[in-house]
Amino acid sequence: MRKLYHFNGGVHPPTHKAESTQLPIRHAGLPSRLVVPLHQHAGSTAKPTVRVGDRILKGQLFGMPEGSVSSAVHAPTSGTVEAIDMQVVAHPSGLPDLCVTLIPDGRDEWLPRTSTQYLATPPEELRLMLRLAGVVGLGGAVFPSDLKLRPGKHKVKTLVLNGAECEPYITCDDMLMRERADEIVRGAEMMRHMLEADEVLIGIEDNKPEAIAAMQKAVSENHFSKMEVIAVPTIYPGGGAKQLIRVLTGIEVAAGVRSLDLGVQCFNVATAYSAHRAIEHGEPLISRIVTVTGNVQHAQNFEVLIGTPVNELVALAGAKPGTNGHIMGGPMMGVPLPSSQVAVTKATNCIIESSLALFPPPPPELPCIRCTRCVEVCPAELQPQDLYWFAKAKNVGKAQEHHLFDCIECGACSYVCPSNIPLVQYYRFAKSEIWANEREKDAANIARERHEFHLLRIERDKQDKAEKLAQKERAALAAKAAAQAGKSADAASIDVLRAQVREIAHPDAGLTKE
Amino acid sequence: MLTALLVMSFIALVLGAVLGFSAIKFRVEGNPLVDKIDAILPQTQCGQCSFPGCKPYATAIAAGEADINRCPPGGEEGIRKLAELLGKDFVPFGEDTAATKPKSVAVIDENTCIGCTLCIQACPVDAISGAAKQMHTVIEAECTGCELCVPPCPVECIDMVVIRESITTWKFRHPATVNSSNNQPA
Amino acid sequence: MFSPFITQASSVREIMFKVLLALIPGIALYVWYFGPAILVSITLASITALATEAAMLKLRRRPVMHFLSDNSALLTAWLLALSIPPLAPWWLVVVGTLFAISISKHLYGGLGSNPFNPAMVGYAVLIISFPVYMTHWISPQGLGQLHLGFIEQLKFIFFGQFPAGVTLDAVSMATPLDTIKTQLHSAHPMSDIMQMPIFGYLAGHGSEMVALGFVIGGIYLLLNRIISWHLPVAFLLTLFATAGIFYLVDPAHYAPPLFHWFSGAAMLGAFFILTDPVTSPTTIRGKFIFAAGAGFLTYIIRVFGGFPDGIAFATLLMNICVPLIDIYTQPKVFGKKGGK
Repeated sequence: MRKLYHFNGGVHPPTHKAESTQLPIRHAGLPSRLVVPLHQHAGSTAKPTVRVGDRILKGQLFGMPEGSVSSAVHAPTSGTVEAIDMQVVAHPSGLPDLCVTLIPDGRDEWLPRTSTQYLATPPEELRLMLRLAGVVGLGGAVFPSDLKLRPGKHKVKTLVLNGAECEPYITCDDMLMRERADEIVRGAEMMRHMLEADEVLIGIEDNKPEAIAAMQKAVSENHFSKMEVIAVPTIYPGGGAKQLIRVLTGIEVAAGVRSLDLGVQCFNVATAYSAHRAIEHGEPLISRIVTVTGNVQHAQNFEVLIGTPVNELVALAGAKPGTNGHIMGGPMMGVPLPSSQVAVTKATNCIIESSLALFPPPPPELPCIRCTRCVEVCPAELQPQDLYWFAKAKNVGKAQEHHLFDCIECGACSYVCPSNIPLVQYYRFAKSEIWANEREKDAANIARERHEFHLLRIERDKQDKAEKLAQKERAALAAKAAAQAGKSADAASIDVLRAQVREIAHPDAGLTKE
Repeated sequence: MLTALLVMSFIALVLGAVLGFSAIKFRVEGNPLVDKIDAILPQTQCGQCSFPGCKPYATAIAAGEADINRCPPGGEEGIRKLAELLGKDFVPFGEDTAATKPKSVAVIDENTCIGCTLCIQACPVDAISGAAKQMHTVIEAECTGCELCVPPCPVECIDMVVIRESITTWKFRHPATVNSSNNQPA
Repeated sequence: MFSPFITQASSVREIMFKVLLALIPGIALYVWYFGPAILVSITLASITALATEAAMLKLRRRPVMHFLSDNSALLTAWLLALSIPPLAPWWLVVVGTLFAISISKHLYGGLGSNPFNPAMVGYAVLIISFPVYMTHWISPQGLGQLHLGFIEQLKFIFFGQFPAGVTLDAVSMATPLDTIKTQLHSAHPMSDIMQMPIFGYLAGHGSEMVALGFVIGGIYLLLNRIISWHLPVAFLLTLFATAGIFYLVDPAHYAPPLFHWFSGAAMLGAFFILTDPVTSPTTIRGKFIFAAGAGFLTYIIRVFGGFPDGIAFATLLMNICVPLIDIYTQPKVFGKKGGK
């Protein structure tokens, strides 16, 4: 029996998973339009490679990755590019970002795809293929997966596959594991091969017996001896990468430290699936499983094309009256969407249609009574009430000293607070203030350098001018002397005199020019 | 009596030697306090503090010739940081200092620009690109919003435009300042 | 609305209410052994507390009902009332509660912002300003020369009048702790003192049962996870150890540790006063240090100090140290524990 470790804290919110696991995964089909953001991954925005009016095929490259941390974006279906402009995206700010709007032509015509045998391909090439296939972490962080598959300084002992899915309401990974376990484990084995890892540990919460059985069956049928499916205790946020790594291996990955340097790498099961599809089937990442639940008639999971507008997706599940909002993600960490017209992105794991009945507005906030319930549940072992005091007072420096950036924003602290304080909002505020301050500081440093160079340039120009002026005067003087010398006698002595004049006119001709 | 004098003189000599040695061996070039103050200032180089740039203002503060509340681009946060560094009390902006304005950048109207280079000479961070009789333009990323280019322009073709939030620069609002709806901008 | 969109649905009001409930066994035993006068104190204190809190909230322009309904003022009132002798004049309770709520709670910023335990501040003010009135402790049932009925007790509290022929001496009695102090001065050995009728099995007759009532309440709080075990256990252990050391060295002059546990406000302090979350440290190590310090100081003040009971001042003195304790006992965060 494998030893499992324990992490501090955690809560047990009601899971609400049964609502959306009654039906199998359904293909969402083609919506009326697809609005694909060019920046739906961590890192730099992808550069558009198509033009308005272009006719493109399914899987065709829309956006080229730019910079070392970036990923590609592809057409989810065949059709015509209607626009490349700023559209409101699924971000809490409600601000727009650069998107490609595609009108499907209904033919869903694929680009020619090639299959690759990963065992016969060098890992460098496989990583490039994954980058160009737009494979990013589908657990929510959307970090380009090719960068995480680069072996680190130390040996990678364990590849952890995250099938925990600890947040209530979300069941996309559960259904993916039940229905497509074979492809997931084959993707995982490929990742293990690329990382040269000793073992693969697939962590699945014990409230998903069907998924555990399906994955175990897939592992044994494929005879992957180095892979093991492990049931982990159901607790929120046990699906956080750091928490799962701790439970399965005992290793605690501190904030700012890459788990790779400690010999562990963690990927979501859906990422392993996409990596497999990308290499084995030549399919770029253009769709993902999304749970649609909450105030809908038939909560279920869909396979959704990236760029599908949320309202069209929800209509497939049967929208119900009384919906007062749309949440992308789960009830603990989800993002309230600015409207239902925004599009599904690679980060969208779940859409919850909220209503007053499901999510009543919180009771009014009371002051913090330092009861430390938040400390008891914090998985990062922080002091949330201290962070709250500092963030509230806008003393972000102190908050940073108290390990603000170790906070994974899981929301367990706000969940248990008896004063109903929106703790995580304070931390988000403090973090964004600190980032803004750092940006300003960087900008100020650059401005200072530019200003100093500006002063230097002016000084240098002045000196150059003075130098030129001095030279001119010397030349004028020498000319006068030469003219006078020319009036005197000897021709021979003229050469001597000329040499003397030259000396006077260019005293440092021997020196190299600056 | 004599021994006392001798002992005191000897101690004085030793201490003097130590001090002299330290003054030479541990000498610090320049004034590090000025650099520390300059690191806090926003580097707008706008001159609103009545000094020709941030470094001269920093030097004046270090010398005790200027108060710490003369820099509007630094905001109250900047005054607070200066107060903490220098061990002084926080002083709010005075009557004679301009109010803090939202961050803006200069934008040249290409249709009106006559290519006179007066604004290029005025810019303290060389953020304007151009040459005599050639089109001038402000490099947005380098502009600090100091507004020094606006007065010299003979055709008044430079406007200060407030920087709008983009998705990468958007900040979460302080929860107490948000009403019951979510954090969306107006 | 922003995440999280769900909450566990506990509230400050519920927590405070459960603490009030936990006080009831102790109060019931108090009434049984000392008569119902204590209920008058509690009622007076409660009314004053709510009125003062409402007035202060209005002055501070805060929503009145929102804060009034969180039961924290009531809790302060009850704790203060339980620390004051029931035969004290009515205005004593009122003044103490008024001070506790308005000055030591609201002037520092209201709920959550007070550095000192308000009930203990109220007590400290009263014992320093009106030391005589604070000695009007009722004799336990069956011990006093006379027994006052409820109406008579009420008359004394409100009008300062006794029935004919009754004096204060006849109905009040020094507390067990007081008794020990004075008797020790008269050079009686501890073993003799403990034989006096005021003492019951372990400590004062009657008051030891009240302490037991508070222990029951404390266990209820522990089981319901309203308080954690760190503070009461650390306090009681330190008190026991300190008393034990002195007792072992010189049993004739120092009372046994169990006596200290069940006399005065030790149990009330362990489970209800020290565990006030606003004024105690937030780290586990900090809680141990805080409670241990309070235990030690309680003993020292009781034995060597000028006051009969040390809980109030021990609490206040440790309250002063709480911010420092918090800074120096910050635990290591996930991943930064070094050498794991």
